[in-house]
Amino acid sequence: MDAQGPILVAAGLHKRFGALVVLDGVDLAIAAGEAIGIVGPNGAGKTTLLSVLSGAQQPNGGSISFKGGDVTALSAPVRCRLGLARTHQIPRPFSCMTVFENVYVAASQGGGFSRDESYSRVTDSLALCGMLDIANRPAEALGLLDRKRLELARALATGPSLLLLDEIGGGLTDAEASELVETIRELRRRGIGIVWIEHIVHVLLQVAERLICMNAGKIIADGEPASVMANREVVEAYLGGSAP
Amino acid sequence: MNAGLDFRVERWTLASRSAVAGVVAIALALIAGPFVLGPGAMDRLTILFVYVILAAMWNALAGYAGLVSVGQQVFLGLGAYFTIRLADWGLNPFVSMVAAAAIVGIIAVPLSFPMLRLKNGEFAIGMWVLAELAHLLVNLDQLVKGETGTSLISLNAFDAPLRRATIYWLALAAMVALLGALFVLLRSRVGAAIQAIRDNEEAAASVGVRVLTTKRMIFVFAAFGAAMAGALWLATALTFQPKAYFSVNWTAYMIFMVLVGGIGTFEGAILGAVLFFLIETWFGAAGVWYLIGLGATALLFALVLPKGIWGAIESRTGLRLLPVGYRLDIRSLLTKKNGTT
Repeated sequence: MDAQGPILVAAGLHKRFGALVVLDGVDLAIAAGEAIGIVGPNGAGKTTLLSVLSGAQQPNGGSISFKGGDVTALSAPVRCRLGLARTHQIPRPFSCMTVFENVYVAASQGGGFSRDESYSRVTDSLALCGMLDIANRPAEALGLLDRKRLELARALATGPSLLLLDEIGGGLTDAEASELVETIRELRRRGIGIVWIEHIVHVLLQVAERLICMNAGKIIADGEPASVMANREVVEAYLGGSAP
Repeated sequence: MNAGLDFRVERWTLASRSAVAGVVAIALALIAGPFVLGPGAMDRLTILFVYVILAAMWNALAGYAGLVSVGQQVFLGLGAYFTIRLADWGLNPFVSMVAAAAIVGIIAVPLSFPMLRLKNGEFAIGMWVLAELAHLLVNLDQLVKGETGTSLISLNAFDAPLRRATIYWLALAAMVALLGALFVLLRSRVGAAIQAIRDNEEAAASVGVRVLTTKRMIFVFAAFGAAMAGALWLATALTFQPKAYFSVNWTAYMIFMVLVGGIGTFEGAILGAVLFFLIETWFGAAGVWYLIGLGATALLFALVLPKGIWGAIESRTGLRLLPVGYRLDIRSLLTKKNGTT
């Protein structure tokens, strides 16, 4: 970790849904500005981890600290205001509002910016995500790619220090996904930390400098991407059963 | 990277400025009502003002915040009840009306904690249950004399023309103040957050909207407005029979006005109230057939024009007279882009 210490530390996170254990003791430390990819088979607990980190769901055990303060008991909006933003795997637009208004809510509420500052944050986010020309379109009229972009623009407008991305590239073509990669690289240049869940590993590896593999609610590998991908346990988790 | 981006966020248009000026002019002209109108017309207009308040308040709650309630009569009834109660304790009846609405607004704060935990249908029906409960509790007060009811006797101390004019002005002032406050609220950052909650509560929370606090704000505001309407209704009717004030019919009327006018549009609720008022004026005497006609109209609108009259006008013409939204001016943006590249 760098001199000022990690921006986010999760210790011993547990999450159960009834009898089903979804997070089984997850420990994670993220440095400021770091770009982390998370992979793992379906049901490994990746999305639940993001939900617990962002405050959308409360863990049954463990603690989370962000920027040096304990945020375990804080709600999602409060964590967002502290600089911890997320996107949703299935986009959740504010359907009856325009693209601009969608992002304005994020800037004025999550970012807490003044009206004029919010306006320029919104246009900046929309420009970055390539949505300026459809700013006045109602969100319900958007296709999948634009809904994904809107998720990103909205999270971005809150002025995050750490951005949690949940399969932002899922369901997109290669060309669309690489456009998204360019946007995310720009965010990194601006010093925003990224935690990105993605199934399309070759897309993920264009951005991630550190890779985490989860399986059955646990982190089974964490480190430099090449070594994680070569890890025997990771191969087994992906192929199911034992490797030869 | 786009620091030099030239853009403008449009919140007013020529049409909307003219519309607001028109609304202000109408409100100012209405002040002269008691000097030019007969007693019958003045009473009818007072009733129209009450309808506009009720429609605007229900629209704020359901159309903008997504909180569909079939129990708003709880606040209407309590507004009337507390007016009677305070007046009986010797407070000036007109002061009692405003104070009663304030008391109901304060009561709405603790009520919001359990009620806003309920979602969708549970909230809608929960509010109705709350109204029935309040109805029973009000009946416990000896002053009310059960379902026989009582009257706002202290109003009789004022002579009829002065009383009528004061109630009219009070109703006009309440309507203008409540519509104005709602307009300002919806145009503020809170207004955008309220609509975000309506569209997707979880996503709103994830971009920093304090969901419960924001919902509470609009819940209390709508309660205060409905209570003011209840107090005004009492002043025009003079008699207080709990059954008549805590009746679910009130919410049915609010739903009618908002659905026909255009849910989730500021103009729609006002238009719906005016239409309802006209229908009542012309066909109210038809008794049962009037109610059947109302029901059929509401059904027809729900099927054919789900966004109501104003919603249909708005989506066809793009006309917005009292806009609460935001519009990024693309033309200036493109000009700048072309100019720099």
